[in-house]
Amino acid sequence: MAKIEVEGLSKIFGPNPEKALDLVEEGHAKDEVLEKTGQTVGVNNVDFDVDEQEIFVIMGLSGSGKSTLLRCLNRLIEPTEGTVKVDGVDITDLDSEKLRKFRREEFGMVFQNFGLFPHKTVLENTEFGLEIQGVDEETRKAAAEDALAKVGLDGWEQKHPDELSGGMQQRVGLARALAVDPEVLLMDEPFSALDPLIKREMQDNLLDLYDEMNKTIIFITHDLDEALKLGDRIAIMKDGEIVQVGTHEDILTDAENDYVRDFVKDVNRSRLLNAKDAMIKPRAMVYSEQDGPRAAMHKMRHEEISSIFVVGKHRQYQGIVKMEDVLELVNKGKDDLSEVVKEVPTASPQEDMDELFSKIANLDCPLPVVNDNNKLIGIIVKSSVLSNLSSEEVV
Amino acid sequence: MAIIDFLTQKIPLGNAVEWLVNIIISNFGGVLDSFSAFIKTLMDGLIGILSFGHPLLFIGVFALIAWLIRKDIKLTIGTVLGFLLVLNLEMWDPLIATLASIMTSVLISLVIGIPMGVLKSRSKIIDIITRPILDFMQTIPPFVYLIPALMFFGLGTVPGIVATVVFAIAPPIRLTYLGLEQVDEELKEAGRAFGSTPFQMLFKVELPAAMPSIMMGINQCIMLSLSMVVIAAMIGAGGLGKPVLRSLSTVDIGLGFEAGLGVVILAITLDRLFGRETN
Repeated sequence: MAKIEVEGLSKIFGPNPEKALDLVEEGHAKDEVLEKTGQTVGVNNVDFDVDEQEIFVIMGLSGSGKSTLLRCLNRLIEPTEGTVKVDGVDITDLDSEKLRKFRREEFGMVFQNFGLFPHKTVLENTEFGLEIQGVDEETRKAAAEDALAKVGLDGWEQKHPDELSGGMQQRVGLARALAVDPEVLLMDEPFSALDPLIKREMQDNLLDLYDEMNKTIIFITHDLDEALKLGDRIAIMKDGEIVQVGTHEDILTDAENDYVRDFVKDVNRSRLLNAKDAMIKPRAMVYSEQDGPRAAMHKMRHEEISSIFVVGKHRQYQGIVKMEDVLELVNKGKDDLSEVVKEVPTASPQEDMDELFSKIANLDCPLPVVNDNNKLIGIIVKSSVLSNLSSEEVV
Repeated sequence: MAIIDFLTQKIPLGNAVEWLVNIIISNFGGVLDSFSAFIKTLMDGLIGILSFGHPLLFIGVFALIAWLIRKDIKLTIGTVLGFLLVLNLEMWDPLIATLASIMTSVLISLVIGIPMGVLKSRSKIIDIITRPILDFMQTIPPFVYLIPALMFFGLGTVPGIVATVVFAIAPPIRLTYLGLEQVDEELKEAGRAFGSTPFQMLFKVELPAAMPSIMMGINQCIMLSLSMVVIAAMIGAGGLGKPVLRSLSTVDIGLGFEAGLGVVILAITLDRLFGRETN
């Protein structure tokens, strides 16, 4: 059975939602409703299910209603119409007492700007949910320490949030949500405020934690790469409506409308890049004029690489030598490196990533980039091609 | 006709206020008396505590408090030197009387003001009603309400304290309200998302987050109370205001300066101790 079932959920912002709601139910879009009634549609007649222990990503640009939708699930924002069932219980029907109980036991929430209490220490912040539940001090301290250890923050208990970096603050936010051991984690763009490197690290952490725990996660993001990395299924929102729900493959292959296609097109950014953008400077080269096998071996050992490019005068590209071949030469006491220099495919600076990818796929060494004058100007390693295929913000 | 009436005949606003004051005095005399007695008891108790033992003992205790609150050696030494100077100038008893009356006024202002600020932030109606009243209280010259205060409570310390409260209560109300209004929306959401009751929201999330602003309100309340010291002395309140007034009527520059310096030292000390930014 689905963990969460959302049916016909709408949120209208305005003093007179009834009129707007009628229009919404007739299938009018956000713009039309705004024009006819002056009221804003936050969420427009949305249906979806979230399975037990799934990471369900809701993705959309800002203003698409994704954060509003998330807040309707625990009624931080009161839905105007529709039902939200968690384990079959309709949340929209609960009185304030029962709703509180539900929020305490069922949901943990993580916020975009962390939402940490500045006057509390890291430990006290993490204890917050349990403190609210009236759990005794010892138990909640143990649970909070446990949660902090899970997110890798042991030893930071007595610090205040403003003493921590953004990434660490969000770890506290995550620990605070985990400390109450909720069934469902609601995460509202939790990593959007972090820089790309930290963001990636946090995503990996979240996936590790997810593997260890049995939680259902609803994750909001505006970043398609993040959605693809984390989501078991992805819902794409636009103007308050869900325009597509599906797995990665569904989303990437049969994008259902222009909006999704626009979103997805960006992910294949390989078309935008060429060899010049992706190449790096070689860490070391062998100069055939002066270097023999021993120098080549020394350079490879020093840089901890297993092959090295050979160039002549003015960095004219000649080929590549491999560690094992050079070793053999040295053992045999030979001095002429040229007999082990091998040819590998080369790339020109303007070649695009698709071509590069096919060239590098079967190569067991970096791909040399050579200009029109046969000068070696850079090398491309596999990992940089791959990371360029999926990275950075998609906004 | 009506316009001509309006131009020639004064609206009897002054008479109305007078009438209202008289009504209050004749009908609520008992209430006013017991309120007066309560404040007096509070004041006397405070003076009793503050003048227990030798002034040097008091200075020592005060320095210790200064150290415990601020952990600032310069402030602590400054406090000691300032109070020693007041002691030397023979202004000690008036200083204690002033300190006691300020503590009483501030206490009353905070006990009423902070909950009032909370109510203001909870209810739109209360907010709208209190806004012009607070404006009125903050802008009307204090001399104007000295007279009714005098009539309600008679000559002495109590009307002085009431006048001081009227003058100094606005900042704690306004800054408590402001602090609560400015609590980060995400913090409130976090509080609610984890299932806080409205009571828990207020005491565990909102008030602590609004603390810097509330502290500022307390500081301003103390400072405004101090600025009423001389005015309150005009209706018989004791303390440092009295010698200042006396020096005015006898053109005694020296006395005026000595008493005035006492107010300044007290003001600076209290400002640094319960100052704007708390760590």
